[in-house]
Amino acid sequence: MLEIRRLVKSFGPLVAVDDVSFTVPQGEVLGFLGPNGAGKSTTMKMITGFVAPTAGTAIICGHDITTQAIAAKRHIGYLPEGAPAYPDMTPADFLDFIAHIRGFSGDEARRRIGGVVEMIRIAEVMHQPIETLSKGFKRRVGVAQALLHDPDVVILDEPTDGLDPNQKYEMRRVITTMRPNKAIVISTHLLEEVAAVCSRAIIIAHGRILADGTPAELAQRSRHHNAVRLGIAGGADANVRAELAALPGVAAVEPGVGAAGDGLIVYPRGGHPVVSEIANLARDRGWSITGLQVERGRLDDVFREITGARPEPAAMAAAA
Amino acid sequence: MRNVLTIFRRELAAYFATPLAYVFIVIFLVMAGILTFFVGNFFERGQADLQPFFTFHPWLYVVLIPALSMRLWAEERRIGTIELFLTLPIRMTEAVAGKFLAAWCFAGIALILTFPFWITVNFLGRPDNGVILASYIGSWLMAGAFLAVGACISAMTKNQVIAFVVTAALTFVLTVAGSPIVLGVFQGWAPEWLLHGVAQSSFLGHFSAITRGVIDLRDVVYFLSIMIAFLAANAILIDLQKAE
Repeated sequence: MLEIRRLVKSFGPLVAVDDVSFTVPQGEVLGFLGPNGAGKSTTMKMITGFVAPTAGTAIICGHDITTQAIAAKRHIGYLPEGAPAYPDMTPADFLDFIAHIRGFSGDEARRRIGGVVEMIRIAEVMHQPIETLSKGFKRRVGVAQALLHDPDVVILDEPTDGLDPNQKYEMRRVITTMRPNKAIVISTHLLEEVAAVCSRAIIIAHGRILADGTPAELAQRSRHHNAVRLGIAGGADANVRAELAALPGVAAVEPGVGAAGDGLIVYPRGGHPVVSEIANLARDRGWSITGLQVERGRLDDVFREITGARPEPAAMAAAA
Repeated sequence: MRNVLTIFRRELAAYFATPLAYVFIVIFLVMAGILTFFVGNFFERGQADLQPFFTFHPWLYVVLIPALSMRLWAEERRIGTIELFLTLPIRMTEAVAGKFLAAWCFAGIALILTFPFWITVNFLGRPDNGVILASYIGSWLMAGAFLAVGACISAMTKNQVIAFVVTAALTFVLTVAGSPIVLGVFQGWAPEWLLHGVAQSSFLGHFSAITRGVIDLRDVVYFLSIMIAFLAANAILIDLQKAE
């Protein structure tokens, strides 16, 4: 439904988005991750036709955004960064304006507005000027506006920014509910959000795609993937740690951080499961285990590892 | 066309959503009154016409019209709604036309609210109402030209104060283009045709021609072409910013 073809955007000498390509089929929620200034918003602005790409294009339901902008825009629901809305208008007037621009009027407009108002739960603020609304309500009005015409492609730039935990939960529920019929792209820097709603994640930094996969696949790249969190009664002495480290599948043993100060984290070699080796060892030595937990991997580790690395000088020279 | 109407309605409502509309109308009427009755010597002249009223319109517009036009694009840019607005399925021409027509209609409302002047003059004597009607139409056309210039300037900045000041300066120059101040700049070096062209292209010249009671097609075409030219530039400027 959404196809991004080799998008490039340069601002003078600065390349903000550098040859980004991906496709999002129906039913997919793509999480767009990256540090601030990575090019997430610029990419979204190009997909939605607000910024003209230096090269490349985006195809929305068969319409090229650079040549058939109006047709393409009809299929997109877009929440721009910061959820801008006219401050003097009430959500009721604002949504009415959007409904008319989207080609609905009369009963149809009322029905559509009623639908999103119920889905996004903004009924109580419908007649207050938008400038007086809390950050969370403003964001929700922005999302309501994006979903009013039941678009095939939904682009949400930080949909849960400024929401409290309950509102975040609600927003994720909305995204998950509409997922089957749409291609959805959300940008976020909350990694828990990716795990919660995304079927796929793309990590971008310095304008380039650095990783692309399901959240589980990405988590597997973490050194925590298949690591074992182990609690031993009476604390783990140096002897225990040495014995664990001597296991063939174990790469490292470190003290765990957290309330149970006596815990250990055992990192596997090459991400292979080591929990049975550890369990066997514990049984043989007669250790009294108080906790045993296998980690699936941490997205934030992977994120830091991938985005923290600066591009190699050789790669830069090659690109230039 | 539907989109133009939708945008027009939103923009017109936006004027009335803030005190801007009311402040503008009150100041416009008060200033028009002061200029007409005190500076224009409306009563002392002893003539039943609205000449003293219309004479000051270009100068009123230089000061007040930029206040209407400055927000058209600059405000959208400052609060970020321009991103929302321009990603809606609307044509650039519809966006530009909707905004401009709302401002022009608002100027028309302010102009219509000067009707007490017309009642006064009809109460006091027997004016040529044809001339007055022509003058009103001319004044509204001129307001459109001012607004088109202002909309175009507003598209260049996100700072409304800059939009105001630049618009006031530019419309002042366009107003007095036929006067010795401006012509002096061109005198001596510019070819005759350019001098002639500049002299012919002042708001003041075309407006005063209309206030004499004759709506000459050339004057109407002049104001309409100013509007179209600046609105086209407005659309191009907004489009160019997409590539930046």
